[in-house]
Amino acid sequence: MENNKTTNILIVGVGGQGVLLASEILSETAMKAGYDVKKSEVHGMSQRGGVVTSHIKFGKKVHSPIVPYGQTDILISFEIAEALRAVDWLKKDGRLVTSKTRIVPPIATGGKFHYPDDPAADLKRKVHHLVVMDADEIARELGDVRLVNTILLGGISHSLEFAPSLWEDVIRNRVKAKFVDINLKAFARGRELAKEA
Amino acid sequence: MRRLLSGNEAVARGALEAGVKLAVGYPGTPSTEILETLAEDYRSIYSQWSPNEKVAFEVGIGASLGGGRALVTMKHVGLNVAADPFMTFAYTGVNAGFVVISADDPEMHSSQNEQDNRFFAKFAQVPFLEPSDSQEAKDMTVKAFEISEKFDTPVVLRLTTRISHSKGIVEEGQPVQLPESGFKRDMQKYVMIPANAKRRHVVVLERLQKMSKYSEATELNRVENNGSEIGIITGGIAYEYAKDNLPNADYFKIGFGFPLPLEKIRRFVASHKIALVIEELEPYYEEIINAAGIKVEGKKYFSRLGELSPYKVALGLKEAGIIKEARGAEIAPEQLFPRPPILCPGCPHRGAYMALRKLGVAVTGDIGCYTLGVLPPLEYLDSCICMGASIGNAIGIDKVRGHPKGTVAVIGDSTFLHSGITGLLDAVYNKSNVTIIILDNRVTAMTGGQQHPATGFTLMGEPTRSVNFVELAKALGVESVHEVDPYDYKGMLDTIEAEIGRPGPSVIITNRPCVLMPKRIMDRPFMVVAEDCNGCSACFRIGCPAIAPSKEMTKHNRPKAVIDPVLCTGCTLCAQVCKPEAIIPVPETAAAK
Ligand SMILES: Cc1ncc(C[n+]2csc(CCOP(=O)(O)OP(=O)(O)O)c2C)c(N)n1
Repeated sequence: MENNKTTNILIVGVGGQGVLLASEILSETAMKAGYDVKKSEVHGMSQRGGVVTSHIKFGKKVHSPIVPYGQTDILISFEIAEALRAVDWLKKDGRLVTSKTRIVPPIATGGKFHYPDDPAADLKRKVHHLVVMDADEIARELGDVRLVNTILLGGISHSLEFAPSLWEDVIRNRVKAKFVDINLKAFARGRELAKEA
Repeated sequence: MRRLLSGNEAVARGALEAGVKLAVGYPGTPSTEILETLAEDYRSIYSQWSPNEKVAFEVGIGASLGGGRALVTMKHVGLNVAADPFMTFAYTGVNAGFVVISADDPEMHSSQNEQDNRFFAKFAQVPFLEPSDSQEAKDMTVKAFEISEKFDTPVVLRLTTRISHSKGIVEEGQPVQLPESGFKRDMQKYVMIPANAKRRHVVVLERLQKMSKYSEATELNRVENNGSEIGIITGGIAYEYAKDNLPNADYFKIGFGFPLPLEKIRRFVASHKIALVIEELEPYYEEIINAAGIKVEGKKYFSRLGELSPYKVALGLKEAGIIKEARGAEIAPEQLFPRPPILCPGCPHRGAYMALRKLGVAVTGDIGCYTLGVLPPLEYLDSCICMGASIGNAIGIDKVRGHPKGTVAVIGDSTFLHSGITGLLDAVYNKSNVTIIILDNRVTAMTGGQQHPATGFTLMGEPTRSVNFVELAKALGVESVHEVDPYDYKGMLDTIEAEIGRPGPSVIITNRPCVLMPKRIMDRPFMVVAEDCNGCSACFRIGCPAIAPSKEMTKHNRPKAVIDPVLCTGCTLCAQVCKPEAIIPVPETAAAK
């Protein structure tokens, strides 16, 4: 990695989906890899079904905790319309990993607003490096819907230089003992899937 | 040890290292996690929630008088509530160190205004410190206690949302060892009768002189020399945004923001061809510096509204002619549907708004999750000013006979205990015809589920007495007090209607807990029997996130409803408004799957 280069990552989703835990794990992994790290999100009203966005920056020295619009290296999305909302934050050759999950809010059930019919197709037109995963389904298969978190992190782990063992150390530290194994499995599944894609 | 900490967690860590004896506050975004972290991770420090910021501040003063270092936490508007003790404590000064956190919220991510509390410190003539990241948040917390004792003054540590809720790497230090101390009687210093207060005002001005000297010398106000002809004067998060854009400019980084080191700034400005102030919100530094006859520019280029950002700073720098191109781009307007915050599925507040909308009364509001009743599709709330305001507002409307159908105040449990009790007393005393609904969900939900005097637990997790709202209202003199189930739509309607018609104040207390906190409540979910749904959309209009239109259409080409069984908590409200009775509990066998 060049000396002054910062890596910009954005994680988006809907309140309650686990965006914050994912961004914690990612930031700590970057710290353990020896980087300066800053991360920022605003939690207030977001809990009540609003959009949640977490900015993560790491590099030799990081100043502001905010990722600039249009300069995001990696975008991770927990919800597919939210991926579409955030896609222009990506830089030209940026990478996007998103879950297929659809969460349609009541406001998009009236006549005025419309939830996009095929967000994946819209994304394909805009992003070259795109991975769409059925993270919910995989999580259910593995036995816990909350695993979407680690599945998605596994999904972007190829795009970052951190060794899988470093990720695993942080996951081990961050989740309750009885969920460690299943989370490591979820991480591995996400990693595998993204490789195939 | 090096850890990744938020600004709030860093302040909590700083409190530990500073030997704080007592930490107290009232929840408020973005300050809340400071006390939560203390109660969770640093249990050697006694910490507590008080019913409001004024009481919290006074408890903190007591601790200081008693010889223990005290940390008091609140959001920016909390300092308005605590302004009375704050302004006079500035006169008396401290015994042990006293630091108050003012967590400001530029951009109003979760607040009703974006007041700039740097002016509050200046108003009270007490120093304020302002960190730019988590490391500084910790270090300045420790420093603030030293300054408090050195100059015998309360100190404000000013945070903003971006500092409180951003994480950065923090190098932890060792807790200090403080000598034993205790209460010292000193009537002339602490009893603010006019004769004593007059003497203390003199002391305040003398202190200001001493602090000005300190401000000139302290490393909290530092010059970063890179040999540039551009000199940037900045502090807080704006410093980081400026550094993102101009890594090689010279900086005057302000960490001790009142009183300002004007002589040092004068020299800095004189030695630079261009001197620019970059600060978020108001032109606080700029005005003081210009008033001292030092010529600087600032708000000409940078907005007074909302948060700054690296890009907004870039635009300002471009306009000032310092850079040619602003890196970044304007965030494109969204084409997508919005995702406004909304009452949760099963939220007990929903029932109250459904009934109030039906009755067509004026509804004065307050602050909490229930303020979301103003958003579509419920859209039924007429005012929201500050915590506790609903009751006074309702009394005023009633006294001028402002609404033909009557006036109802809605107020949450935590908010009622914060500052609604005195309003209710007014309603009784002045014989108002208002109906007050206490939306008692048994938690401070909006800010993330904190305990309060009616939940039965303290911040540190000890069981305690919990106030009884019915008895309290009766003791204040309310004759008509009712408890209602907010999941019973008809019951709510009838009770509110009867109470509006009755002369004198009434209190209605809803009795269902929050479905999210402290634990998730899930009852048997409901479902829509598609054949029976006529697409009338009555269930859509209650604004429940669990209800959505299905792909299936009625013969009039209106979408039928479906209910997401994972989100539905079984509150039954939608079933109660469904005329064709198409909404029924999911059968046991299906639910078991
Ligand atoms: C003076 C002041 N202090 C704190 C806050 C932050 N705040 C907003 S709403 C709220 C409490 C809400 O609790 P409650 O009244 O029980 O309603 P709920 O959210 O549970 O529905 C708090 C503490 C504020 N806006 N103003």
